[in-house]
Amino acid sequence: MKWILPLATLLVFGGLLEVVVKSGLVPSYIMPSTTDILRCFVEERETLIEGFLSTASASVIGLLLSIVLGVSVAVLLSLSKILRTAFYPYAVFFQTVPIIAVAPLLVIWFGFGQPTVIASAFIVSIFPVIASTLVGLQSTEHSLLDLFQIYHAPKSTTLFKLRLPFALPYIFSGLRIAAGLAVIGAVVGEFVGGGGLGSVVDVARTTQRLDLVFAAVLVSSLIGLILVSAVNLLAYALLHKWHASLKERT
Amino acid sequence: MSSTGAAVRIESVSHEFKNSGKVLEKIDLSISPGEFVAILGPSGCGKSTLLRLIASLDKPKYGSITIDRSAKSFVFQDATLLPWRTSLANVELPLELAGVDPTQRNQLARSSLEAMGLSDAVAKFPQELSGGMKMRVSVARALVTEPSLLLLDEPFAALDENSRFSLQNDLRRRWANAKPTVLFVTHSIAEAVYLADRIIVLSGRPGRVMADYKVTLPEERNEKLRLSVEFLHDVQMVHGLVKS
Repeated sequence: MKWILPLATLLVFGGLLEVVVKSGLVPSYIMPSTTDILRCFVEERETLIEGFLSTASASVIGLLLSIVLGVSVAVLLSLSKILRTAFYPYAVFFQTVPIIAVAPLLVIWFGFGQPTVIASAFIVSIFPVIASTLVGLQSTEHSLLDLFQIYHAPKSTTLFKLRLPFALPYIFSGLRIAAGLAVIGAVVGEFVGGGGLGSVVDVARTTQRLDLVFAAVLVSSLIGLILVSAVNLLAYALLHKWHASLKERT
Repeated sequence: MSSTGAAVRIESVSHEFKNSGKVLEKIDLSISPGEFVAILGPSGCGKSTLLRLIASLDKPKYGSITIDRSAKSFVFQDATLLPWRTSLANVELPLELAGVDPTQRNQLARSSLEAMGLSDAVAKFPQELSGGMKMRVSVARALVTEPSLLLLDEPFAALDENSRFSLQNDLRRRWANAKPTVLFVTHSIAEAVYLADRIIVLSGRPGRVMADYKVTLPEERNEKLRLSVEFLHDVQMVHGLVKS
């Protein structure tokens, strides 16, 4: 039942699109029909698979870099109030810079191809990781910190055995956002740096292949979906035994 | 009481907070090794603060606190278990932090849990346990290091009566085995009388020592005592001291 209704919605709207386009109500250079898009998936499968692999790998590498560096930066910021006051406002500012405006710069710095795409995916996905990890690290229960102090635990032990595990649910809520953003960053990077589904969309657009544009867009959404699901799966594996929010959902 | 060889010596300790003013005034106390002492007082009288000062979680503004040996444990108002660890791993934590090797700490943690009647809960996570059982794990964790000084801050206040009574019995029994010095903060007269051999009565804020009462009950405590004349006598005496 949980997936029958959404499936019905999809069929209704797919059917509607088919009728509207095939009847000539909406011209085919504005919207491709449902069957055109489906046919395109079959005919252009090699292009799409190649694009999928390229965009997916750039997104994953960008996301992984964000996780490693984002968590490290958050740990550093959590350790020192001076660092936090000095740098955190810029982290917030950095996040508000639109990636599409910075992307051309990335080409100058990293050249055409994968490095620019990875950098773009990384830049947009690191901030939610920093922000959520920092909040998590700062929300450790006071009585638990007291407990570690009673037993004379050094700062590093308190970090690894208490603060970081305590922050995990927070980190994962940031990762869910970061996973979706990484794909957006990668596609934007591909618009300027070339390669992947970004290029497929760009070329298809200029050659009036709207069916291919739609197919490529759907495939890039699929990447986002896969990444978010992977994060959710990992969160479930690590947290479901002890974290209440996940326990209730299962 | 002679002050030499005291387990805890508190000398003219006063304490205040920036926002709420004086909480403790001129506390002088000497606790002997192996004594089971209850600190009794109304809420807000600074009894928890006093315990935190003794645990060196905070520094007293004035006066000094000396502790004989440093092996101490603390039981908080709530169980303060790490939710991502099983009962066993939670009880192992203090040993882990002290650098005890894995096989030994596993063994010690298991026997400490067993002694609290938790053999079945060894592999369970805190969220699978009732409030009473969580507190049992917390007490097992506090005792696993065989501390010479055990500090408890109203640990059973949030529990239902059955759990509270049975935890009181288990705590007293485990104290009788190893005889650590115990400081037990509570606002319940009956709990103080049933558990302790000596009761320090604090006044309302700022907390001062109003009375130092020696409980007349025999050393071994059991359920029968709760309704005995002797118990009620002590309760009445302490009640008088609190109201005076």
